[in-house]
Amino acid sequence: MSTTVQAGLRAHDGEATRRRKRRLPFSGWHFLLLPLAILFAIPLLQMFLASLSPAAELLRFPPPFVPSHLTLSGYQSLFQQSNILLWLGNTLIVSATSIVSNMILCSFAGYGFARLKFRGRNVLFVAIVGTIMIPTQVLMIPTYLLFSRLGLINSLGAAIVPWLATAFGIFLMRQFFLSIPAELEEAGLIDGCSRLHVFIRIVLPLAKPALATLAIFTLLGAWNDLVWPLIAINNANAFTLQLGIANFQGVHRTDWSLLMAGNVIATLPSSSSSPLLRSSSSPRCPSRG
Amino acid sequence: MTTVGNSVKGRTSGVPKRRPGRSLAATVRQTLEGWGFVAPASVIVVGLSIFPAGWAFVLSLQHWNGFSQPEFAGVSNYAGVITDSEFWDAVVHTAVYVVLFVPLSVFAGMILAVALNRKIRFIGLYRTLIFVPFVVSAATTGVLTNYLFDTQFGIVNHVLNVLGLPAQGWLTDQKQAMVVIVIMSLWGSAAFTTVIYLAALQDIPAELVEAATIDGANRVQTFWLVVLPQLKSVSTFLVIWQLVQAIQLFDLVYTTTRGVRSMRPRRSSTTCGTPLSSSWTSATGRPSPTCCSASRS
Repeated sequence: MSTTVQAGLRAHDGEATRRRKRRLPFSGWHFLLLPLAILFAIPLLQMFLASLSPAAELLRFPPPFVPSHLTLSGYQSLFQQSNILLWLGNTLIVSATSIVSNMILCSFAGYGFARLKFRGRNVLFVAIVGTIMIPTQVLMIPTYLLFSRLGLINSLGAAIVPWLATAFGIFLMRQFFLSIPAELEEAGLIDGCSRLHVFIRIVLPLAKPALATLAIFTLLGAWNDLVWPLIAINNANAFTLQLGIANFQGVHRTDWSLLMAGNVIATLPSSSSSPLLRSSSSPRCPSRG
Repeated sequence: MTTVGNSVKGRTSGVPKRRPGRSLAATVRQTLEGWGFVAPASVIVVGLSIFPAGWAFVLSLQHWNGFSQPEFAGVSNYAGVITDSEFWDAVVHTAVYVVLFVPLSVFAGMILAVALNRKIRFIGLYRTLIFVPFVVSAATTGVLTNYLFDTQFGIVNHVLNVLGLPAQGWLTDQKQAMVVIVIMSLWGSAAFTTVIYLAALQDIPAELVEAATIDGANRVQTFWLVVLPQLKSVSTFLVIWQLVQAIQLFDLVYTTTRGVRSMRPRRSSTTCGTPLSSSWTSATGRPSPTCCSASRS
C-alpha cells in the first residue's frame, strides 16, 4: 500500500522535474499542429489567391505562389460569361426552402417519435433510421422515374424535394426532445392545453440549439449537393451553383481565375457557418446518407 | 430522465382512462395524433428511400429501355453485370479507395483530435483551419484538385520540382488518380472524424486520466491503456460510417476527372445519367477515373 503511494509520488515528482527541465516557451504540440494547419489551409488559400490573380499568370510555369498583383478581372469575367447570379439565386431558393421545411417537418416528427405513443411508432422509426444506410446510387434511377412522373425533372423542385425532410433531421430532433424533461409538458397538458399547443408554445422554444444544428447541416447538405441535381436537372435555367460550377469547369478549363472566382463565391456562404459548426453540440452526420 | 418522464405521464394520463370504451377512443385518438406529427416527414423520407429501393429491385429483374413494355428477365441483368469487366474494374477501384480512405480518415481524425484537445495558444485558429475544408463542396474540391495537381501548371508538381523530385502525372496517371482522390477526400472529411473524436475525448472523465497518472503511468501508457479503450465504441461507429460513405464515392470522382475527360472523346454513358436498360448496372457500377479513362483509350 505505502509502496504504491510512494511510487506514485515519485512518479509525480519525476513528471514535474521532466516538465521543468525541457520547458519550451510554447507547447510541443505546435510542432505537429502548425504544419498540419498550414497544409489544410493551402488549397483554400490557393483558391482565393488564384481568383484574384491575372488570368495569364496562372498559365505560366513555374506557377507563382503569390500573384504579382491582385485584380478582380476573374470575378468580372465570371459575371460576364456565366449565369452565376441566376445559379446563386437558385441555390438560395433551394437552401432556404430546405432549411425551413426541414426545421418544421423534422421537429414535428422528432417530437412524435420522442414523446407520443402510437401504433407503429417503433417500426417506422427504425425504418427511417435504416434509410441512412441505403446507398444513393441504388435510389437514383427509381427516384428519377418517380420525379419525372411528378413533373419535377428539370425544375428547381427536383433539387428541393429530397431536402424537405431528412432521416438525419428526424433522428437529431428526436434525440434532443428525449433529453428535455417531460414534466414541463405534463404541466401544460394538465392545464388543459392540446399536444400541438404544448409542442409549439413550450417545447419548440427550448429546441433552439438543436434547430440551429439542424439548420447548419441542412444548409451544408443542400448548398453542396451535386449528384442528385446533376441527374435531375439538365435545364440551364434551373442550375444550382454547384451544378453550374461543375459544368463550366469543362467549358473554361484553363481560365483558372474565373473558375476560382466562382468557387470562392460558392464556398463563402457555407464556410461562414463553420464557426457555428464548431460550437454546435452534436455534429453527428455530414450529409444525407 | 426519459423513463422518469414516461412513468409520470403514465400515471397522470392513465387514471381517468380506466374504462374500456374510453380507452379505445383514447388509443385511436393517440394513434391519429402520433401519425399526424410524424406523417409529413415520414412520407418524404420513406417515399424517397425505401420505396425507390424496392422499385430498383423490381427494375433490376426486368428488361426495360424506358419506353417499351418491361419484360421479366430474372437474374439476367445481374449475370450481365457480373460478366462485365468494366463493372469489376469499378469494384476494384472502389475497393482500393475504401482500403486507403477508411483507415486513414479514422486514424487522422484520432491524431488530430488528440492534438486539438489541448488548451494551448492558437488552438482556435488551428481548429478553424482544419475544420473549414469540411464545408467545401465536391464541385469546388474537384476544381481545386485539378488546379493543384495539374501536371503542367500545378503547384504540387512545382513543389516537387523545387525539392528536386520528378513531376508526377497525378490525375492523368491511372495508378495515381485514386491516390489524389484519397488525399483530397481526407482533406475534406478529416474534420468530421476529428470532431467526433474530439467530442468523445472530452467525454472521458478527467478522474480516469488522473488516476492513471497517480499510479505512475506515463503519457503514452495513459493514452494506450486508458484513453484508447474509451474510444472503442466511437471508433466502431466511425469505421462503419466512413465505410458507408466510401462505398458511395461518386461526386469527387466525377468532378475531378471531368477536366481530364474533356480532353478525350466523351463516353455517352459514363455515369448514372440516363440509361435505364439495366438499372442495377448503372446503380452499382460506379465509374472511377481510371475506369473511365481505361475504357476510353
